[in-house]
Amino acid sequence: MAGLYIPLFSSCSREEAEDFLQKHFREMTADEKKQVIAKLEQRYLQKYGRKFRISTQDAVPDTLWAYGLELSRCIGCRRCVYACVKENNQSRHDPQLQWIRVLRLKRGNLINLEDSEHYYDPDLVPEKGFVYLPVQCQQCQNPPCVKVCPVHATWQEPDGIVVVDYNWCIGCRYCIAACPYKGRVFNWAEPNIPREEINPSVHYLGNRPRMKCAVEKCTFCIQRVRQGRYPACVEACPTGTRKFGNLLDPNSEMRYIIDRKRVFRLKEDLGTEPKFYYFFEA
Amino acid sequence: MEKRRDILNETWHFYKRTLTLVVTGSKLYYAWCLSLVAIIIIGLLFYMKQHETGLIATNMNDQVSWGLYIANFTYLVGAAAAAVLLVIPSYVYHFKPIKEIVVLGELFAASSIVMAILFVMVDLGRLDRFWHMLPVLGWMNFPQSLLAWDVLALNGYLFLNLLIPIYLLVKFYYRKNPNWKFILPFILLSIPMAVAIHTVTAFLYNGLPARPFWNASILAPRFLASAFCSGPAIIIIIFQIIRKVSIHHIEIEDEALFKISELIAYAMFLNLFLLSAELFKEYYSQTVHIASFKYLFEGLHGHNQLVPWIWAAMTMNVIAFFIFLIPQTRKRLTTLNLGCLLVIIGVWIEKGPGFVIPGFVPDPLGEIFEYLPNLLELTVSFGIWATGLLIFTLLMKVAIPIETGAFTHTEYEKGIAAFRSR
Repeated sequence: MAGLYIPLFSSCSREEAEDFLQKHFREMTADEKKQVIAKLEQRYLQKYGRKFRISTQDAVPDTLWAYGLELSRCIGCRRCVYACVKENNQSRHDPQLQWIRVLRLKRGNLINLEDSEHYYDPDLVPEKGFVYLPVQCQQCQNPPCVKVCPVHATWQEPDGIVVVDYNWCIGCRYCIAACPYKGRVFNWAEPNIPREEINPSVHYLGNRPRMKCAVEKCTFCIQRVRQGRYPACVEACPTGTRKFGNLLDPNSEMRYIIDRKRVFRLKEDLGTEPKFYYFFEA
Repeated sequence: MEKRRDILNETWHFYKRTLTLVVTGSKLYYAWCLSLVAIIIIGLLFYMKQHETGLIATNMNDQVSWGLYIANFTYLVGAAAAAVLLVIPSYVYHFKPIKEIVVLGELFAASSIVMAILFVMVDLGRLDRFWHMLPVLGWMNFPQSLLAWDVLALNGYLFLNLLIPIYLLVKFYYRKNPNWKFILPFILLSIPMAVAIHTVTAFLYNGLPARPFWNASILAPRFLASAFCSGPAIIIIIFQIIRKVSIHHIEIEDEALFKISELIAYAMFLNLFLLSAELFKEYYSQTVHIASFKYLFEGLHGHNQLVPWIWAAMTMNVIAFFIFLIPQTRKRLTTLNLGCLLVIIGVWIEKGPGFVIPGFVPDPLGEIFEYLPNLLELTVSFGIWATGLLIFTLLMKVAIPIETGAFTHTEYEKGIAAFRSR
C-alpha cells in the first residue's frame, strides 16, 4: 500500500506516474517499447542536452559471448576501468561506481583474495613483486544473482549476457549479496555524470543513464558487442590482456584460447559457470 | 431486512466502542502513546530524507550492502516465530495458565511481523516499485527467489496471527463459544508457519555460496533456537508490564511465566550448543571460510569493531542460560527479568548485527569495510520499533478488557435496555 502512496504525495507529475506504471521490459509490446524509448530520448535530451540513440537490439542468433583475460600481461594500469566508466555512463562521484575492479596481489598467491589490495596507487605500474587481477561481472551461465532477484528484474539474454531492467529493480540488493564476484554495484544516490562526458550511444539494457537506487553491472558492453564491436575495456587495454569472442563460433578468438591456453575461472567451485576465462601465456 | 440492519448496527457499535476504548485512558497511557507517536514522527521525517536522497543517506555501501535495517528484520522474524511456544502448550496440551494469555502472545507476533515487514520496506531503494513483488499485479520470482518465499510466508503468518486472536476476541465479546471446527485448523497451521517464517528467513541467507559465513546448513536450526530464546523473553517482560499497568485484573499467573522461562532454558541450551558446533568446525578446520568468524570474534587485519559486541552477547547468553536453568533463579521474578533482559539484548546482537554484518566482511573480493549504522538508520529503526509498540499497545487496550470480561456485548445491551426502559 505504501508503495502506492509514495508516488502520489511526492509531487505527482505525469512523468512520474508513467514511470510508476511502466511494465517489465520483457512484457512490453514493440509499440510500448517505442513509446518508452521516445520518452527516454526526450528526457535525456533535456537533462544532458544531447541527442541519444537508445537501442533495444536483440541478441544476435548463435552467439554466446565469452571473455578472456591473460593474467601474465596485465600491468594494473586501470585503463579498462576508466574506459568502462566513460563508455557505460557510470556515476562519477557520490556515488563513484566502477564495474571493473583491479586487485593487486602479492606474487605467490592468487586465490586468497583477502590479501588483495583494491586501492593501490603507485606512481608507476607494474610494481615489482605484485600481480594484478581484474575482476568484473563474470557473466555466469548459472548466475546466482538472477536466481535470487525477487521480481525478475535481472535475467540472462540468449547471448549469455546478464542484464538488468533498471526500471523494474526494486533496490533490495539481494543480488549484490548473492554475487561471488562483486559484479554488481548500486546507485546509492542519483548518479552524477558531467554533461560533456555523457555517452549518447546506448542500449536500453546496458549503458543508458540510470536512476537512483537501482542496481547495475557490466554487460560486456551490450550496446557494442551486438553491433559487432569489442567491449570498451578490450579496446582500451594497452597490453592486449583482454580478449573477447563468441563461444559458439569454432573460429573465434575465445575458442582458440580455450583450446590452446591453460584457462581457469574464478571460484569455479561455486558452480556458477562463468564465461570469463583467465589464462596465462604458456 | 430487520435482522441485517441489527447486525450492521451491532458491528458499528462494536467499532465505535472499540474506538472509544482506544482513545480513552489514564495519564500514563496518553503519555506512553504520545511519546511513541513522537518517536514515529521523527523516524518518519528521517525516512523521508532517505527516500529523497537515496540510500546514500545511510552508512551502507557496495561492500556492506545490508545493515541495521536487515539486522532488525532478522531479529523480529524470530521474535514473531516465538508465539508458537505459547500456542503449542495452550491449544495442543491445554496448559491452562498459558491458554489464558495465548491471544496476547499471538497479537505480539502480529506486531512483530508488522515491524519486520516495515524494516524490509525502509531498506528497499525503490519503495515506489514495491508492487513489482506482488503476485498477479507484479512479477514475483516464485519459487526461485527466497525473498519471494519470505514475502508470502510473512504475510501468511501475519494473516493467521490477526485472524485467530481477533476471531476469538470477537466471540468472547459477544459471549459466544468459538466454532472450533472453523478456527482450530488455522491455529494448527500457525504452528508450522511459525517454524516456516524463520526457516525461510534463514534460507534467504543460507542459499548464497558467495557468503561462506551464511552458507552453513546449521543456520536454520540456529535461527530457530535463538528465536525461541528472545521471543519468549520479550513476552515474559511484556506480560509483567501488562499485569502492572492494566486497570483490568488480567489473569497472568506466575506459573505461566515460569513455564515459558523453562522453555527458554532448553532453547538457550540448543542455541549455545549449535553455536559451539559451528565454531568447532570453523576453528578446527581453519579454511578460508573462517575469515568472517575471525572478524566477528577476534578481529581481522586490525579491524575489530564487532568484537566487544559479540563477546558481550556471548556473556549475556551464557549468564542467562544459567539463570533459566536453575529453578531458584528462574522462579524468582527479579532474576527471571534480569535473565530475560540479557537474552533480549544478547540475541539481538548475535542474530542482528552480529549475524548480518560479518556476512559482508570480508566481501567476496576480500575487501574489509567496517560498517556502523549512522544516526538516520538508528532514528528510522527506533521509529519502526515505536510503531510496533504502539500497534501492540492499542491491540492490548482492546484485547485485555475483552479477555477479563470488562468489555462485552452484554454490557452494551444492558446499557441499551436501561436506556429503553427510561
